[in-house]
Amino acid sequence: MRDVAIVSFASSSTPHSDLEDVEMLAPVINEALARSGVPRRDIGFTVSGSCDYLCGRPFSFVMALDAVAAWPPISESHVEMDGAWALYEAWVRLQHGDIDAALVYAFGKSSQGDLRAVLGAQLDPYYLAPLAPDPVSFAALQARALLDAGRCTERDLAAVAVRGRRDGGLGASSEEELLRAPYIASPLRAHDCPRSTDGVAAVVLVAGDRARQVCERPAWIRGIDHRIEAHSLGVRDLTRSPSTELAARKAGVAASKVDVAEIHAPYTHQEIILREALGLDGGTVINPSGGAVASHPLMSAGLVRIGEAARRVLDGTAHRAVAHATSGPCLQQNLVCVLEGDR
Amino acid sequence: MKTRCAVIGVGQTKHAAKRDDLSLAGLVREAALRALEDAGLGWADIDAVVIGKAPDFFEGVMMPESFLADALGAVGKPMMRVHTAGSVGGSTAIVAAHLVESGVHERVLTVAFEKQSESDAMWALSPKYPFVPPLVAGAGGFFAPIIRSYMRRSGAPVDVGAVVAVKDRLNALKNPYAHLHMADISLEKVKASPMLWDPIRYLETCPSSDGACAMVLASEAAAKRAPNAPAWVRGTSVRSEPAQFAGRNQVNPRAGVECAADVYAQAGITKPREQVDVAEIYVPFSWFEPMWLENLGFADEGQGWRMTLDGVTALGGALPINPSGGVLSTNPIGASGMIRFAEAAQQVRGRAGEHQVAGARTAVGHAYGGASQFFAMWVVSSASA
Amino acid sequence: MEGKQDVAEGSEALTSPYVLEYTYRRSLGPVVGRFLTGLREGRIEGVRTASGRVLVPPTEYDPESGAAVGDFVSVGVSGVVQTWSWVSEPRKGQPLDRPFAWALIKLDGADTALLHAVDAPSADAMRSGMRVTVRWRAERVGSIHDIACFVPGDEVQAAEPVAPAEPVRRMKSPVHMDFTIGAGRTLSRFLEGVVQGKLLGRRCPTCAKVYVPPKGACPTCGVPFADEVVVSDTGTVTSFCIVNVPFEGQTMKLPYTYGSVLLDGADIPILHLISGIPADEVRMGLRVKAEWLPEGERQPTLASIRWFAPTGEADAPYESYAEHQ
Repeated sequence: MRDVAIVSFASSSTPHSDLEDVEMLAPVINEALARSGVPRRDIGFTVSGSCDYLCGRPFSFVMALDAVAAWPPISESHVEMDGAWALYEAWVRLQHGDIDAALVYAFGKSSQGDLRAVLGAQLDPYYLAPLAPDPVSFAALQARALLDAGRCTERDLAAVAVRGRRDGGLGASSEEELLRAPYIASPLRAHDCPRSTDGVAAVVLVAGDRARQVCERPAWIRGIDHRIEAHSLGVRDLTRSPSTELAARKAGVAASKVDVAEIHAPYTHQEIILREALGLDGGTVINPSGGAVASHPLMSAGLVRIGEAARRVLDGTAHRAVAHATSGPCLQQNLVCVLEGDR
Repeated sequence: MKTRCAVIGVGQTKHAAKRDDLSLAGLVREAALRALEDAGLGWADIDAVVIGKAPDFFEGVMMPESFLADALGAVGKPMMRVHTAGSVGGSTAIVAAHLVESGVHERVLTVAFEKQSESDAMWALSPKYPFVPPLVAGAGGFFAPIIRSYMRRSGAPVDVGAVVAVKDRLNALKNPYAHLHMADISLEKVKASPMLWDPIRYLETCPSSDGACAMVLASEAAAKRAPNAPAWVRGTSVRSEPAQFAGRNQVNPRAGVECAADVYAQAGITKPREQVDVAEIYVPFSWFEPMWLENLGFADEGQGWRMTLDGVTALGGALPINPSGGVLSTNPIGASGMIRFAEAAQQVRGRAGEHQVAGARTAVGHAYGGASQFFAMWVVSSASA
Repeated sequence: MEGKQDVAEGSEALTSPYVLEYTYRRSLGPVVGRFLTGLREGRIEGVRTASGRVLVPPTEYDPESGAAVGDFVSVGVSGVVQTWSWVSEPRKGQPLDRPFAWALIKLDGADTALLHAVDAPSADAMRSGMRVTVRWRAERVGSIHDIACFVPGDEVQAAEPVAPAEPVRRMKSPVHMDFTIGAGRTLSRFLEGVVQGKLLGRRCPTCAKVYVPPKGACPTCGVPFADEVVVSDTGTVTSFCIVNVPFEGQTMKLPYTYGSVLLDGADIPILHLISGIPADEVRMGLRVKAEWLPEGERQPTLASIRWFAPTGEADAPYESYAEHQ
C-alpha cells in the first residue's frame, strides 16, 4: 500500500447554539488546511461524514459543502457515517497514486434533537424501533452482560469515567463519588454515558514524500481496517467485539508496542470491551483526550479519535498510536487505524 | 492503481411503484442475489459491501446499513454507506471500484436501493423546515426553472421533452425490470398530460419506484475466473460544486463538464460522440437528455436537442441514450444512478437482452444529484485496455 | 414554519421548533409478515438456519452467513433472560408506562434472543438467567406490541382468541421527533433585517460578490462574509416555475408561481412567489418588487415578503441576467 499520513487535524466540540453547520465547519476546515501546509488547490479529494437525522432534514451535507470552497468543482464524496469512515474512503482514494492530498471532515449538531429518539430510528424497523427502546438502555443491556460475565465491576466503569473526565478537562472526581449517583438505566449511571455535544472535525491526509515535505513528523497510517457485525443484539455476544478484534488484526495493532490509544467508547463499559479487543495492555496510555465520556460529538467522534491519536504522533509524544471508531448499536461496527511517526 | 476492476455480476429487482411483497431486506437481497448468481459467487466470496441510497427519510431508517448488514452477508466484513444525493448510485459504485482498484479487496458487492412507497417523495425530499420557505415542491419544482432557462438559451422547440419521454418509455418496453411499461405511449399522450411544474408535464417526469440494483466488482485476477463476460471499468470520476453561488451555470454545470472530461481522459476517449457506443445518463425529467448531451460533451452547447429530434439517441440511432428506459421509466432514487452504471456494464457485456445495442463495446454510466451539482460517471468497456 | 421563533438566551441566533412527523407504511415480506401474523394468533415462530440454529425473532437470512433460512419452527412462550437493563422513566411508545426492564430473552427452543419488556416490580426482582413468560395483549393486530410484555416465571396465560383475518403483510410506523433548529448567526442577522423591511446582503471579502440571503461562508471561497450591503427589494425574474401539483405539507393555493429573483445589487437570485400578474404572463426578465407585510406583522422569515409583483418597468434585457440561471 502507498504510504499515507495525517499531517493536520482540527476540531471543535462544544454546543454551538448560535452557529449552523457551515459556520462551525469553515473555520475548522480552514485551520486544518492552514496547519497542513497544503494549498487548497492541491487537495485532490474531499470527503465528509454526517447524518441527516441529526437535524431532521435531508441533504444536510449539500449545504455543508459551502464550507469547503468547492469552486472550481472538486472531486468529492460523502458517507452517511462517522467521519472516520470518510477518512477510510480518502485513504483508499489516495492509493490510486494520481493525487497526493485529501481533505476529510465531519460534522453534527446533535443538540438540535432528542438523541434518544434520533438514534432509535437506526434500529430494526419491524421488531425494535416500534418498541421505542433508546440507546442508553441498549448500552445498559451490554454493560449488564459484561458485569454478569465477571469481566468488570461498576467501580471499574467509574474508574474509566474518572480518568476520562480528568483528561477531558472536566475536573477531578473519585470513583466513590461517581458510584453514589443514581442509575439512569441500571447498571449505567450518567458518568457511564457519552457526553453528547455538537462538533466538527477536519483532517488532511498526504501521501508519500509530499507528506514529509509539508510536515516535520507525519502520522503515517500503517494499517486501517473496519468490520461490521449483525444488527440484532440477540444474535451477538455482547461482551466481546469480534469486529474490533478482526479489524485490529488486519490493521496490525499487535505488531509492536502501542504508546497511545484513542478508543471511541461512548459508554464506559465499552472501553473495557474494546481494550481487550484491541489487545492493549497497561503500557498503553488510553484516551489522553478524555474520550467520549468527556466529549461525544456524534458523527465526528470517531474522526476525532483518529485526529487525537495523530496529534500525539505529530507532536512527538507518541511513536505508535492506535485509533478506533465505532458506529451502530452496542459497537456493531468498528474501525481501527494504526499510526506511526518516523523513527 | 494496483489492478484493473471489472463488473462481473449485475442484479436488479423488478422495479415497481410498490414492491408490497418485500421487506427492506428482501428488496436489497433480490438485487444482490441476482448479482451474485451472475458472478457465480456466494455471500462468502465477497470481501466487502458498499451500499448507497438517497435520504434516509424515504424509509425512516437512519443509516440503514446498520440494519441491513446481515441481510447483505456483510457480517465480519467492511461495510460502507455512501450518500451523495441523486448521484449516490453512481458514487457508491465508484467507492466500490476504488476498493478493488487500490488492491484492498478482490471482490466487492455494491448495492443501492430506495423503497419510496414506504413514504412520500415530496415529503422526504422537501419537508417543511424552519427558515426555509416551502416553495419548491419536490425535485420537479426545483428543476423546472432550470429547464426553462435551457429552453430559452438553446431555442429548442417545445416538444423535445415529449420526444424523450416517448423514446424512453418505448425502450422500457424491452426491459423486463423497468417500472413503467406504457405500451400506448405517444407524443399526443405526453402533450395531453397535466402540466405539473410548468414547463414540466406529468409524462415528462420520472415515477417513484421501489427498487434495488447490485453489482459485483472484481479485480483482474478474480474477473478472469468469472463465468460471464466482464465489463472493464476504464475510468471513474466524481465532481461537485456548491448548490448556489454567484454566477452559477445551473443549465450546464461546470462540475458535469469536468467530470466527463476526467472520465474520458482516463478511458482514452477524445471524441465521445464517436467513441462511445451507448450511454445511460440520469434523466429524471425529459429535458435533461438534451441538457446532459451538451454537458457531457456529446453535443455542442445549445445543440443537444438536435440529436434527440434527429433520432440519434434512439435505440438503433448512432448514440443510443438510455436504452433501458432510463430514470423516466424507473426511479428508485438512491438506486437510479447505479442502474445507469449497471446498464452501461450490461451493454458492453452483451447481456442487456432485448434492449442490447448491437456491438456495444464502450459505454458511459452517469448520475447526478443535488441542485445539478454532484456528478458521478464511469466508462466501461468490453476490452480491459 | 413551525411555531414562533425566538432569539435564544445569550445567543445571537434565531431558533425554531421543528417536528419531524410521518407515518411510514412498511411492507413486511414473507418472514417478518409470518412472524407478526403468528403473534396476532398468539403463537411465536422462529426460522431454522442451514446450520440448525433457530432464529427468534426470525429474519429472511442467517445473520452469520447471509444465506436464506429454512422452515418455520414454533418455539415456547417462556424463556430465559440473557441480560437486562432497568427503565425507571418509561418513554412514550414503550411497552409499559411504569418502570420496567428491557431484556434479551432466549425463548425455549430458540438459539437467539428477542428484545422485549419484562414487567417486574423493581430492578431487585430482575437477574440474568431468570425465566420469563409472554403476556399477550388482548387486542392483537400483528405487531411486536402484540406481546404486551414478559412477566417473571413460567405461568403460561393463553392468548385470547382474535377474529380470523388475512395474514399480516404491512405495518404502519409513526415517527415523531422534536427538534430545535438554529438559523445560525449569519442567517439570523439577515432575518432580523427582514423584520425591519430590509434585505441585508453580505459581500465576500475575496470575490466581492454580494449574497442575499448570505450563507455561513462564501460557497466559492470558503471564507466568512464581510461587509453588510443593503440590497434593493426590486429585481428581475431570471427563471420561474408554475406549480400545479399538490404535495404533503403544501400551504399555498394551486397553481402558484415562484421564480428566481435577482435583486438589484445582489449577485445571486432568491426564490420567491411571483404574484400580481396572471401565471401565464410571468416571464423571464420581468421586473418585480417585494410586497412586504405591514411592519407589525413581519416575522423573521422571507414570508414577511408576501410576494414579488411587477413594477411595470420594461423587461430587463436577457444579457443582464443570463449569467444568473
